[in-house]
Amino acid sequence: MESALVSGLQGLLLGFSHLELGQVVMILIGALLLYLGIAKGFEPLLLLPIGFGAILVNIPQSELMGEEGVLRFFYETGVLTEIFPILIFIGIGAMTDFQPLLENPKIILLGAAGQFGIFLTLLLALAVGFDKLDAVAVAIIGACDGPTAIYVSSKYAPHLLGAVSVAAYSYMSLVPLIQPPIMRLLTTEKEKKIVMGVLKQPVSKTAKILFPIVVTIAASMVAPKGTPLIGMVMLGNLMRECGVVERLKRASENEIANIVTLLLGLSIGATMEANKFLQRETLIVLALGLVAIGLDTVVGVLFGKLMCLLTGGKINPLIGAAGISAFPMSARVVQVEGQRYNKKNYLLMHAMSANAAGQIGSIIAASVMLSVLAGMGLV
Amino acid sequence: MDIWTFGWTVALIGMGGTMLVLWLLSLLILALRRLFPYKAEPPASEKE
Repeated sequence: MESALVSGLQGLLLGFSHLELGQVVMILIGALLLYLGIAKGFEPLLLLPIGFGAILVNIPQSELMGEEGVLRFFYETGVLTEIFPILIFIGIGAMTDFQPLLENPKIILLGAAGQFGIFLTLLLALAVGFDKLDAVAVAIIGACDGPTAIYVSSKYAPHLLGAVSVAAYSYMSLVPLIQPPIMRLLTTEKEKKIVMGVLKQPVSKTAKILFPIVVTIAASMVAPKGTPLIGMVMLGNLMRECGVVERLKRASENEIANIVTLLLGLSIGATMEANKFLQRETLIVLALGLVAIGLDTVVGVLFGKLMCLLTGGKINPLIGAAGISAFPMSARVVQVEGQRYNKKNYLLMHAMSANAAGQIGSIIAASVMLSVLAGMGLV
Repeated sequence: MDIWTFGWTVALIGMGGTMLVLWLLSLLILALRRLFPYKAEPPASEKE
């Protein structure tokens, strides 16, 4: 009886007796993510479940990522199969209004320039010693698009999924801090004050309905490896624009997106076990992710300057910074920066066009990259 | 294939390809707008 009591009490101390320093650090990192999400409002929908997942998985003997662990089940059935990011893409499509882009299609090129950070970071990642597919997964943080980063890294470098996802979502939420200094540095006083006028080119309902269909077919033909990404975003957008499947549209942007976001966040957090996450590689991934988003902004603004030059000063280069996928945060940053130098300047609608282009651009860039890798026989 | 051949190939084709696809999409948008131009809805009273 006495020994049974001692054994029983020892069972209550198992967590403490197996606790390692790395797990304590990871629990603190999980708590930091919770703090950033709850107190600072940085991407709370993702950082909260990721942070909590990180805490859960680092509690000794919890076995949530063990063979029959519930988080392993979510991870294997939702992340490794790519179902979660794909379902999120349908929701994104259902939530996104591409009207500003349809009104102002010449701005779409800014959405391409805003992705160049991905490819430049790929070179940097190779330079610091990542192997080819790991470098691709790190570079994709430059898409500034969480689901795209998760899709690519879970497919080609699942061991980096935690670091890549945390970097992608953290830096997306830090866009208002990362972009303004670069925008100020690269543009002249005169350029910052350029007024772009009011944008008013209404688009017919037929054009809006045909847009997602045409984009899916055209982009998928060029970059077929990205069809799951492009196709699902455009399916969501078609449901939004056609107006006849309101229930499906509402479910995609609310119930499905919410449930999947919760499970996706928990699954990502579950990949942050101390022995896998606390490595030099993770710090390098976080640093390269920051560089990637900085480079996106640099190239976007420089391309904006080129467009300004080619149009005889009609385009404010600041809107080039909005050519990334952080929608509509980046467009708001451009609006605020524009008004710092000219109170009567309303760049928001133009920046929204660039931002919508950035959303498509990030998916296209990932699709093109995957198709190039397929062409090389690497995937 | 060494890492630099890989890196530069993916970077150059990736940047060029992304730019090309988005430029094609801008042409498609212009074509859609031209083929299906916006027509203002007549006011409700005129409909009746």
